Amino acid sequence: MQTSSKIPTDVSYLEYKGKHKGLKAWIFSTDHKRIGLLYLYSMMTLFLVGVVLGLAMKFELIAPGKTIMEAKDYNAVFTVHGVIMIFMIVIPGLPAVFGNFMLPIMIGAKDVAFPKLNLLSWWVYIAGAFLVITSVLFGDGSPDTGWTFYAPYSFKTGANMLPAIFGAFVLGFSSILTGLNFIVTMHRMRAPGMTWTKMPLFPWSLYGTAWIQLLATPIVGITLVLVALERIFGIGVFDPALGGDPILYQHLFWIYSHPAVYVMILPAMGAISEIIPTFSQKHIFGYKVLVVSTLAIAFVGYFVWGHHMFTSGMSGTAQYTFSILTFLVAIPSAIKVFNWISTMYKGSINVQTPFYWAASFIFVFLIGGLSGLVVGALATNVYLHDTAFVVGHFHFIVFGGVGFSFFAAIHYWFPKMFGRMYDTTWANIGWLIFTIGFLALYSPMFYLGMQGMPRRYYDYMEEFHAANILSTLGSWVMTLGLIIVIINLFRSAKNGPIAEANPWNGKTLEWTVPSPPPLENFDEIPEYKEHDGPYEYQ
Amino acid sequence: MYILASPQASNFVADVDRAFIFILAVSFFFLIGLTAVMIYFIFKYNRKRHPKAVQIKGSNWLEFTWTIIPTILVLIMFYYGWAGWKPMKTAPDDSFEITVVGRMWNFTFEYDNGRRTDTLFVPKDQPVKLNLRSMDVIHSVYIPAFRVKEDVVPGSEKFMWFTPTNEGIYELFCTEYCGLQHSYMYNWVKVMPQEDFNKWYTDTTQQVASAEVTSPAAAGKRIMTNIGCFACHSIDGSKIIGPSFKGIYGHEVTVKTDGSERTVTVDDEYIKRSIYEPGADVVDGFNQGLMQSYRGQLSDDDIAKITEYLKTLQ
Repeated sequence: MQTSSKIPTDVSYLEYKGKHKGLKAWIFSTDHKRIGLLYLYSMMTLFLVGVVLGLAMKFELIAPGKTIMEAKDYNAVFTVHGVIMIFMIVIPGLPAVFGNFMLPIMIGAKDVAFPKLNLLSWWVYIAGAFLVITSVLFGDGSPDTGWTFYAPYSFKTGANMLPAIFGAFVLGFSSILTGLNFIVTMHRMRAPGMTWTKMPLFPWSLYGTAWIQLLATPIVGITLVLVALERIFGIGVFDPALGGDPILYQHLFWIYSHPAVYVMILPAMGAISEIIPTFSQKHIFGYKVLVVSTLAIAFVGYFVWGHHMFTSGMSGTAQYTFSILTFLVAIPSAIKVFNWISTMYKGSINVQTPFYWAASFIFVFLIGGLSGLVVGALATNVYLHDTAFVVGHFHFIVFGGVGFSFFAAIHYWFPKMFGRMYDTTWANIGWLIFTIGFLALYSPMFYLGMQGMPRRYYDYMEEFHAANILSTLGSWVMTLGLIIVIINLFRSAKNGPIAEANPWNGKTLEWTVPSPPPLENFDEIPEYKEHDGPYEYQ
Repeated sequence: MYILASPQASNFVADVDRAFIFILAVSFFFLIGLTAVMIYFIFKYNRKRHPKAVQIKGSNWLEFTWTIIPTILVLIMFYYGWAGWKPMKTAPDDSFEITVVGRMWNFTFEYDNGRRTDTLFVPKDQPVKLNLRSMDVIHSVYIPAFRVKEDVVPGSEKFMWFTPTNEGIYELFCTEYCGLQHSYMYNWVKVMPQEDFNKWYTDTTQQVASAEVTSPAAAGKRIMTNIGCFACHSIDGSKIIGPSFKGIYGHEVTVKTDGSERTVTVDDEYIKRSIYEPGADVVDGFNQGLMQSYRGQLSDDDIAKITEYLKTLQ
């Protein structure tokens, strides 16, 4: 492909002047890098809303009885917190931000395969977010169903089930478009000489993720049709009052929502697989094993949804089948951890901010994953199901796994994305405070669950008090760390010192282009020779 | 220190806790071991001490080892989990059966001889089978000291069973989120020696004694407390989920009947209809469908007593 003479390569994508100006130059841009940042800013905004709701919940739980709000408000707060965090942050997650920004550059392409479709997927995302938020806020009753919208409770409270599921479907559609786009991009647009076995691991993780997005999201569509049949035509599908089966709803919900969790953790693992070799200055340990484990997680992860339902009254056969599949999906995750740590062995480790985040990712991910084994076994699951333990496990994986990886990734790629460096002292202070707060916030939940405290509890007995105080204090410390990290990044994006093209001596292709990259990334499409590869350190 | 809920009071405890101990021991071993190795590598191979990395691309032997060992470990975990859970699925034939009725937001326990309680009384060392029924939405019966939990799903007949092994009073929580007062939906389990239980169960004098009421109105209040009316209806005029009972008897209310508004006077007839067919006349400003019919749960006689009690709330 010839470089178009109209596109200047010495002007970065941030400064490039197209036919639109101002805000329009962003919201109508088909440049994958600008779209990545659009996702970053929209998700950051929603994330902060979710954080404030989370803080309000933790503050309410600092003492038994009423602290700052009524039960009705508490139930609404945890519902909206969950809906925003899962459907608007977790599901688009790393693919939408770093996938969009980095994938084409990492495989040596000028953009994704369908740039306009890519822009459309952001707009669809915004539309879906708008739909879900309005449906949650403007129902007949307060939105108090939890993010799982379990039948038949959700049908009884006057919550806007139909629009909420429609919104989830629209958001899911945005994932489908992104997933499709990524799959085609990786199949068709890899640089010459970049065979599948030379593709970096972050793109590989996006590849596994994209297939999940493509295959799991239609289930939301099916659920939507069934809810519509029931709500509009009174056909009993889920509501026992009409002769329906509420357990069917749980199956359909988790067939989508469980793989959705892998949509987020796989790219998080992918980013870690890039960062550890770079800062160890060493070839990734077991490249092919990491690729296979990514695909294995994506595949097996599709068949474990039933482990959310061990006390719902499924047949015994279904229960132990889902339990054993859940244990099987743990194996490739464990293999990844072994390979990451082995990559550090005999490396030359440059301990920088992204590495701090990546190493602490491994620690919190281990806790999240190992606590998953505790809830994966049947006898222990029956005891812990729907207790605070599950909330702890879930946040260690979803917020620990994805959050730490997200911050590792943004500190890693920040100089590339914005062309400037951040203040590393403040970045490290922010990391330390965040990590301490995170552990104090979520670890007590394991203890509370072991003691038998149910989740989604507005009020609790005195015996659960002490651990709840620690958890609330943790939420304040963690938020302080978060504020430091975010302010540091915002200030540095504007005023930080100019960054080099390759500040970490990385070997993947994004480090061969200027920081920030020009509009079409490459002057000339790079080519992999026989001995080239993404992790060929000397 | 024992990290699970400290009471250990049923036949399932030993096997469930064995699964816990095995999984937790393996988990802590790997968490501490891997973290220690990682920190050691970060110090030892810091670029100040180790300026030149040694390129190692992988090792089939290691990959094989660390695939096989976790596989064996998780299969053992699965086995212990399965072994602790399997007996929960089959109740012995000689189980003492009690029906648990869940509704927003309390549980009541119904015995074959007609006793209905808000505390679950069970005999020690006797298998007890709970038949789980829900009047409205999904609830879940969770007794941490017994290590058991099962969802109570409307429209289906599920059960759970256990043999209490220690006397005492234990917590019973609802663990499936079920709305406004979910966190107040808890009851107590009282385990008694078989002899005391039999005495309690068959002692009609005690039944009379426990129903020590001086008037039909007081009896009405007890019925309403037991069946959980006050979770949604206040007696002080405040609005919860349904209309307050304060001053309701004999007064006019605006209701929606089949979509059209009309005014009715709250009398005996209206109260009975509201209990048996709660969706028929819905008071203006409240949602239809939240309350279930209590037909079969409350007799005409019960409703007469309830009506007497409502008359006193002026």
